[in-house]
Amino acid sequence: MKSLDFTAIYTIWLREMKRFFRARSRLIGSLAMPLFFLLFLGMGFDAAFKFSDMPPGVNYIAFLAPGIIGMALLFNSITSGLSVIWDRQFGFLKEIMVAPVSRVSIVLGKTLGGVTTALLQGILILLIAMGIGFKITGLLGFLSAVICMILIATSFVCLGLIFASIINDMQGFHLIMTLFTFPIFILSSALFPLERLPLWLKYLSYINPLTYGVDGLRYCLIGMGHFSLALDLFVLVCFCIFMIGLSTYLFGSVEVD
Amino acid sequence: MNEHIIQIIELTKKYGNIKAVDNVSLGIRRGEIFGLLGPNGAGKTTIIKMLATLLKPTSGFAEVWHHNILKEQDAVRRSIGIVFQDPSIDTELTGRENLDFHARMYGLNKEKREKRIAEVLDLVELNDRAKAFVKFYSGGMQRRLEIARGLMHYPKVLFLDEPTLGLDAQTRHRIWEYIKRLNKAQKVTVVLTTHYMEEADYLCDRVAIIDNGKIIALDKPNNLKNAIGEDIISVQVSDGGKFSDILTKIEYIKRIRLHDDFLFLSVENGEIMIPRILRLAHEEGIFVQSVSLRKPTLEDVFLTFTGRTIREQEASVKEQIRMKAKASMRMGGKR
Ligand SMILES: Nc1ncnc2c1ncn2[C@@H]1O[C@H](COP(=O)(O)OP(=O)(O)O)[C@@H](O)[C@H]1O
Ligand SMILES: [Mg+2]
Repeated sequence: MKSLDFTAIYTIWLREMKRFFRARSRLIGSLAMPLFFLLFLGMGFDAAFKFSDMPPGVNYIAFLAPGIIGMALLFNSITSGLSVIWDRQFGFLKEIMVAPVSRVSIVLGKTLGGVTTALLQGILILLIAMGIGFKITGLLGFLSAVICMILIATSFVCLGLIFASIINDMQGFHLIMTLFTFPIFILSSALFPLERLPLWLKYLSYINPLTYGVDGLRYCLIGMGHFSLALDLFVLVCFCIFMIGLSTYLFGSVEVD
Repeated sequence: MNEHIIQIIELTKKYGNIKAVDNVSLGIRRGEIFGLLGPNGAGKTTIIKMLATLLKPTSGFAEVWHHNILKEQDAVRRSIGIVFQDPSIDTELTGRENLDFHARMYGLNKEKREKRIAEVLDLVELNDRAKAFVKFYSGGMQRRLEIARGLMHYPKVLFLDEPTLGLDAQTRHRIWEYIKRLNKAQKVTVVLTTHYMEEADYLCDRVAIIDNGKIIALDKPNNLKNAIGEDIISVQVSDGGKFSDILTKIEYIKRIRLHDDFLFLSVENGEIMIPRILRLAHEEGIFVQSVSLRKPTLEDVFLTFTGRTIREQEASVKEQIRMKAKASMRMGGKR
């Protein structure tokens, strides 16, 4: 079996694209939530509290914007990965699995599809934020932010695939969204700085890979962060490779019924 | 013609203590329509899935188109097309897009894709609906699309797992015609499973009857029916008692039952016996009002071997419940 089948990867990616661009209402829905967060939460908190740790010249909305991009990436990526549950439910997974195509190619096709759609939404939110006054450090910052986005999206699409390999019903889908995705989002420093958190929350955030993703985005976009950009990228790359490996391994042992 | 395109050797699949497939050996010939007939839970789907390399046997093995299903999965997959028991199309894509997806996955280039899509759509008469989303297709149309898709990559063998399950009689007959046509025109060997007797009887060159994971009989449908012996000829005559006495002396009539004017005669090869019996009646001066012949069905065959009927009724009710459960799950998942 050829281990990498580029035609198959492209074919699976193409299907994801078709489905994505046709589901207009879902697209609008998944963009609306981060934008609401950014606008209402951003303006509300900015007016209500003074965040003492903000460097001079950085308001809360500037702090929040990279976090919201991280949030959009997280939710869209995990949902993309978990869409394999839908494929199984609708029987289409059998059609994919019986083709003379390696499991690695299937995982890569799915991942590329999920990353593309998540990235498009991440960039769109960034552009909208810039449109309403969010200032970024420059073109280099923008491009390096895109690299962070790709790493975040890849990791979490694969995490979604991992969950989908273990769980196979709708209840499982909702359980994962509430039990994993929300805590990952809340504890990622997307909404508030890490500095003043109680110690146990701080540690929880430190073991959360998205924290490093959001931190990396902040470095790239507004030039400030909690760790260092080098550490952020190091953690992101390691996590990403680990997720790709684990999802390929687990997906390889999936049986279709 | 008698070359075996599929060779199954002592194939067994256990789920816990249940032997879903129990030491099955059989050969399927090139070019034939081969049927696996048996009640729900007999192990038909399990056999198909093992042959399609989707399920690992507990023991035994099989060769499909001379490729070992355990060691040469890719080669096996390339040689087969499959229509699963449950739907497996992407309803958010159009019919044509589903075929296109399949063709690309099997590595057909653009030129071949276009040509083949047109061919298979033509075969199942879905040309005019190819650009519609599959979610707007009827159940029968979806099934036809799946059959077309199974043929896209020029497979040597096409597996059809309960191809007409849950379809109305008219649609079922239409699909039977497609199956016959594709078997002839595309020269593809067809292996189908069914729990409908008429389907196996009408379509299949040879039928294996399967129960509790075991093959209990395998032959041409006619041979199977002939093997259990007698046809039943019913003759309506003017003087039943007299004719009955005459017929008792004739050795090729196994049993006689008299009911009013009707004589029920159990014989072998009923078609041949009818003229003889009529001649005899004529010679004896007995007036025959009507004659009819009832052949045994595959249901009679199943009954003879197992002491049970396939209980088509009950099975189909179970299937409907299952399909409904699946459908409602899907609705829940649609968002
Ligand atoms: N995944 C499974 N786990 C446990 N038992 C199974 C599984 N799949 C099938 N079986 C059992 O194996 C037997 C054969 O099933 P199947 O091959 O689907 O029968 P058929 O297709 O002839 O209706 C049944 O008793 C069924 O309950
Ligand atoms: Mg079955």
